[in-house]
Amino acid sequence: MVPLSWYLALGASLFVIGAAGVLLRRNVLVVLMSLELMLNSVNINLVAFSRFLENLEGQIFTIFVITVTACEVAVALAILVTVVRNKATLEVDEIAIMKG
Amino acid sequence: METAFFLLFAGIAALSALMVVVARNPVHSALSLMVCFIQIAALFVLLGSPFLAVIQIFVYVGAVMVLFLFVIMMLDVRKDVHVRFRTSGVPALTVLILLGGEMLVLLLSSEHIPALSTAGEGAAGSVKELSLTLFADYLLPFEIASVVLLVALIGAVVLARREAE
Repeated sequence: MVPLSWYLALGASLFVIGAAGVLLRRNVLVVLMSLELMLNSVNINLVAFSRFLENLEGQIFTIFVITVTACEVAVALAILVTVVRNKATLEVDEIAIMKG
Repeated sequence: METAFFLLFAGIAALSALMVVVARNPVHSALSLMVCFIQIAALFVLLGSPFLAVIQIFVYVGAVMVLFLFVIMMLDVRKDVHVRFRTSGVPALTVLILLGGEMLVLLLSSEHIPALSTAGEGAAGSVKELSLTLFADYLLPFEIASVVLLVALIGAVVLARREAE
C-alpha cells in the first residue's frame, strides 16, 4: 500500500513544475500546456484523498475539473488562433493588446 | 509490487513534466505532456478508480492533446524556438521556491496525513457507486457542466471563425 503522502508529494512536485512553466516560459502554447499539468496534479490529489478517505466526492470533483479543463483548452486555443492571426506572435510578453 | 509500480509511474510522470517545461520545440512539449497524462491515468488505476483513468485517456490524451497538436501545426512555431525562458526570472523563481517549500513543510509537519495512510485500506468504490453519486447528489452541477461545454463549443467556433470580408 503506497502511503497518501507519496501521492501528495507527487502532486506537489508536478504542481511546482507546472507553475515554473507558466511563470518562466515565453511561448504561450507551452504556458497553456503547463497549466494543464497544474490542473492534473490537483486531480491526483483529489483522487488520492478520495481513495484514502473512502469518499467518492473527490472523484466527482475530478470529473468536473476535467470537464472545465476541456472547455478552457478549447476556448483558449481559439483565442490563441485569433491572436496569432491578428498579431503574428506567440510570445507571452508581446500579447498585450488589452494593456494589462 | 504496488510501491514499485507507483515509483515507476511517478518517476516517468515527473521526468516528462520536466521535459514539458524545458523542451525547445513545442511539439516535444506536447508529446511529453501526453506521456505525463498516460502515467497519471496509470496512477488513477493504482488508486482504484479505473473510470477516471479511462476518462483521463479519452479527454486529455484523445481530445486535448490532439487539439494542441493541431494548433501547433496550424501556427508557425519555429520563430519562438531560440529563446525559451523569460528574461526576468528571479521573482518567479522566488515564488516557486517559496511555493514548493511551503508545500513540503505542510506535508511533512501534518499529523493527519500519516493517520489517513493506514486508515483507508478498502476500495474507493465501483463505477456503479460513482455514477449513483454523480446522478443523484450532483445532478445540478452535472447539468451545469453540460451547459458550460455547450457554451465553450459555441464560443470556440465563434472565436476561431474568420471574419466575413
